[in-house]
Amino acid sequence: MPIEFLIFLTVFSPALVGGLNLIFSKKPNVRDTVTLLGALITFYFSVNIFLGFDGQATQYKLATIMPGIDISFHIEPLGIIFSLLASGLWILTHIYAIGYMRGAKEKNHSRFFFFFSVSIASVMGISFSGNLFTLFLFYEVLTLITFPLVSHKGSTEALRGARVYLSILLGTSIGLQLLGIIWVYFSVGTLDFVKGGILNGSFGSFELILLVGLFAFGIGKAALFPFHRWLPAAMVAPTPVSALLHAVAVVKAGVFTVLKVGVYIFGVDSLSVSGATDWLTWLACFSILFASLIAMTKDNLKARLAYSTISQLAYVVLAFSLANSLGVLGGALQIVTHAFGKITLFMCAGSIYVATKKTNISDMRGLGRVMPITFLSFLIGAISIIGLPPMGGSWAKWFLLLSSLEADKQFVVLVLLISSLLNISYLLPLVAKGFYLNPIDQTEIKSFKEPSALVWLPPAITAGISFLLFFYVGYIRDFMINFGLVS
Amino acid sequence: MASEIKQGTLELVNHLPILQVITPMLIAPILVVLNNKTLSWLLSFLGALACLAISILLIQAVSDGSILTYYLGGWVPPIGIEYRIDAANAILLFLISIISAIVLIFSYSSLHAEIPEEKHTLFYSCFLLCLTGLLGVVATADIFNVFVFLEISSLSTYVLVAQGAYLDRRALSASFNYLIMGTIGATFFVIGIGYIYMATGSLNMMDIAERVNQLSDNRTIQAGFAFIVVGMGLKLAMVPLHVWLPNAYTFAPTVVTCFLAATATKVALYVLIRFVFSVFNYEDNFVNELFFLLLMPLAVIAMIAASVIAIFKQNLKKLLAYSSLAQIGYMLLGLSLMNQKGLASSLVHMVNHGFTKAALFMSLGAFMLKTKNAYIKSLRGLGKSMPFTSAAFVIGGLSLIGVPGTAGFISKWLLLEAALETGYWLVAILIIASSLFAVIYIWKIIEVLYFSESSESYNEVSVLTLMPMWILALFCIFLGINTSLTVDVANMATEILFK
Repeated sequence: MPIEFLIFLTVFSPALVGGLNLIFSKKPNVRDTVTLLGALITFYFSVNIFLGFDGQATQYKLATIMPGIDISFHIEPLGIIFSLLASGLWILTHIYAIGYMRGAKEKNHSRFFFFFSVSIASVMGISFSGNLFTLFLFYEVLTLITFPLVSHKGSTEALRGARVYLSILLGTSIGLQLLGIIWVYFSVGTLDFVKGGILNGSFGSFELILLVGLFAFGIGKAALFPFHRWLPAAMVAPTPVSALLHAVAVVKAGVFTVLKVGVYIFGVDSLSVSGATDWLTWLACFSILFASLIAMTKDNLKARLAYSTISQLAYVVLAFSLANSLGVLGGALQIVTHAFGKITLFMCAGSIYVATKKTNISDMRGLGRVMPITFLSFLIGAISIIGLPPMGGSWAKWFLLLSSLEADKQFVVLVLLISSLLNISYLLPLVAKGFYLNPIDQTEIKSFKEPSALVWLPPAITAGISFLLFFYVGYIRDFMINFGLVS
Repeated sequence: MASEIKQGTLELVNHLPILQVITPMLIAPILVVLNNKTLSWLLSFLGALACLAISILLIQAVSDGSILTYYLGGWVPPIGIEYRIDAANAILLFLISIISAIVLIFSYSSLHAEIPEEKHTLFYSCFLLCLTGLLGVVATADIFNVFVFLEISSLSTYVLVAQGAYLDRRALSASFNYLIMGTIGATFFVIGIGYIYMATGSLNMMDIAERVNQLSDNRTIQAGFAFIVVGMGLKLAMVPLHVWLPNAYTFAPTVVTCFLAATATKVALYVLIRFVFSVFNYEDNFVNELFFLLLMPLAVIAMIAASVIAIFKQNLKKLLAYSSLAQIGYMLLGLSLMNQKGLASSLVHMVNHGFTKAALFMSLGAFMLKTKNAYIKSLRGLGKSMPFTSAAFVIGGLSLIGVPGTAGFISKWLLLEAALETGYWLVAILIIASSLFAVIYIWKIIEVLYFSESSESYNEVSVLTLMPMWILALFCIFLGINTSLTVDVANMATEILFK
C-alpha cells in the first residue's frame, strides 16, 4: 500500500470509528467491539507506516488552502514514535474505558467514545503533519474535541474545569502560537517541516528569543509554567480521559509539537549556536521543581498525578531548550517512557476509584492488601516516572543528564537529581500506605476487591511494558539514529 | 494582466450586468399584482436563483481579470450610466445573490411565525427591492446611481426591519432610528457626490478618476471625500456611527437579520472601497492620512470594544449584532492598512463573514422558532433536542472565532499577515485579542446549548429549515479549505483596484 494512503487511513479510521460509535449508540457491546477493532486497525496502520518508512522526507499534499499554505503530511521518526505510542495505548485505554465507564456508572457512553475516537484521529493528524499549519489545524481540533470529554460529567465543577481547560489552551494557541506561526511564514515564506530548520538566519538574536517564547508558551498543551493550570483543571474528566489524553495524547501532543518545532523549524544546531533557549532552560527547571513541590501538597490522587505530569512535561521542554542531539533523544524517550509510566498511574487511580470510590491518598491506607495487582502496577509505574532502574524511565533521565553536560549547563544535573528525589517523596508514599499501614476502617476494607479484569489488566500491561522498555530502549535509540533524527 | 473591455454585441454575457440588477426589480411589482403568498415566495426564490446564476456567470467572466461594462440605453459614458463588473464587485454580487437565495429557502418555513400571512406578498416584494438596491449599488459605475440604489435598498430595509413589530413593538423604534441615521448617512453621501460633481463635472467613476488626478489637493474634492466617508461610515456601522445597528438586527424578523447582516454593511464598505480606489487617488496624502488617523483607530476600537460588549449580552441577537460590529472592524482595518494584502483580507472577510454570520443568525432563528425568544437561558440543553441546529451554530461559531479549517481562519490569517507586512505589531496583537473575546462569547452559548440541563424539550426544526442553515454552515467549512473562490478572486480584485 502506498505510504500516503496509509497516513490517510491512520488519520481517518479513528474518525470513522467515532462515527460508528454514534450509529451503534443503542447497542453498547457492538459499539465497544467496533471501537476496539478500530483501535487495533489504527495501530496496525501505524505499525505499517513504521515498517514502510524508508527515511525519505516526502511531503504528501492533501489540499492547498492558499498559495504556500497546504494541508500536507510527512513521515519522520518522531511522528512515527508518537503515532505508535498513541494508537497502541488507545487499545489498552479503550479496554480499560469500557470497564471504567460501566464500573463507575458514567453516563452518555456513546458521546464519550465518539469524542474519544475523534481526538485520537486528530492526534494521528498531529503526528504526521507535514507543516506547521497542518499541525496547528489538528492541534486546535484536538483542543475542541477534548472539551466535551473534560466536561463530560456536566456538573458545575466539571464545567468550570473545562472552561479553564479551553480558555488556556485556545488562548495560548491563538494568542501566541498563531502569532509565531504567522511570523515564521511572513519572514520565511514557508511552514514546511525541514530537517535542520527553515529559519536560516532570517531572525535576529532577540527576535529568535521572542519566537522561542511564542512557541514555548503558545504550545499550551506542553503545560509550561505559567500556563499549566489547565492540566489540573482537566482532572474533572473521567479517568480514561485523564489516562490517555492527559498523560499521553494531549500533553504529549504538546511536547511533541515543541520537539518538532525545535528540530524542524528552528533546527537544533542553529538554536544551540544562538543561545535563544538559555532562558527557557531556567524556566523549564523552575517548572519541574515547582510542579513537584505543588504535587507534594495535593491529597487528591489525580491532582497529584496531574502536577507530576506538569513536572515531567517540563523535562521535554528542557530537552528542547538544551538544543542538542542528546537532548532530542532524551526528550523523545521521555515522551515514550513517561507515557507508559503515567498512564499506568492514572489507570491505577481509576481502578481504585471504581473499586472503592476513594480519591484521596489519605483514605487509601491498607488498600494494597486487597488490591495487590493495582498497587504493584502503581509501584512499577512510579519507579519508571522517578527514573530509577530497572524501569524505562531511567533512560530518558540518563540522556537528559548527558545532554545537559554536553550543553555545559551543570546546574540542570542538580535540578534533575532534586526532581527525582521529590518524585520519590510524593509517588511512593501511596504504595507504602497501601501495603504497610493499617486501614482506618477494618470492616469496610473487607468489602473491597480488585475491580473487573477489564480495569486492572491494562495498567498491569503498561507497567510490564515500562519494565521491558528498560531493556529494549536501544531499539528506539537506533531507530532515531538510523533515520538521522539524532546523531 | 489582460484587461479587456467587452461592449456592444448582442451576446447574453454582455447583458449580464444589467440583468443582474433588473431581474429582482421586475419581479417585485409582479408579486404585488399577483398577491398570492406561496406564489410570491416561489417567484422571489426563482428570481434569487436567477440572480445567483447570473452572478456565477459574471464571476466566471471576470475571473481572468477582464472587465465587463454595460452602457444603459446605449448612452456612452460619461453622459450615460455605466455598469461595470470586475473581480471586486463580481464577488460581492455573488455573495448577495447566494445569501438571498439561501435566506429565501429559510423564509418559507420561518416567516409565518413572525409576520401575518396577508403581509407576506408585500414582504417579499420589499425583500426583492432591497436585493435590487444592494445589487445595483455594487454593479454600477455611476456615483449618482450608487446613491439611487442605496436609497432603494435603504428604504426597503426600513420597511423590512419594521416588520418585526408583529412580534415586538420595539422593532418600530429600531426601524425609525435606522431611518433617521440612514437618511443622515445618505444625505452626507449625496452632499459628497455634489461636491465631486461641482469640482469635476462628472458622475462616472472612471471619468472622475481621471479628472481628480489633475486636480491634486483640491479642497472641494477633499470635502466631498470626507462627506462620503462619513456617510458610508453610517451605513456600514463604523464605530461610533453604529448605534442603529444592534437594535435593527435585534428586532427585525430573522430572515431580514440574516440577509442584512450578511450583505448590507458589506455593500456600504464596498462603496467606500470603490470610491477610495476607483474614484479617488488612493496614493493621495489626504486619503492616506484620513485612513491612518481616523479609520484605523476606529476599526481597532470596534474590534475590541464591540467584542467586549458582546460578551455581556444576554439577548443572542444583540450579541451577534455586536459581534458583527467587531467583524466590520476587521474589514475596515484591512482596508485602512492601505496595502494589497490588507484590501484582499477585507474583501475575503466580507464573503467569509457573510456566510458565517448568516449561518449563526439562521440557526439562532431556528432556535427561536421553537423557544420564541432570543435569550441565552432559553437555549438550555437544546444541543440534545435540536442536534442539527446546534451543530450548525457551533460550526458558525468556530468560523467566527477563526479556528483553522473554517472560513474565519482564512480571513484572519490574511489580515494578520497584512498587519505584519505593514509592521503594525500592536494591531496584530489586538486582532488576536479580539478573536479571544469571540471565543468567550461563542463558548458561553455552546456551554448553555450542550452542558446545561434543559428545562423544556423541543423537536428539531423541519428539514426545509435545516437545509439553508446547513448550506451556510458547510460553506463556512468549504471556504476554509478551498479558497479559490475567495482569495484568488480577491487577489485579482486588489490588482485591479491598485492599478
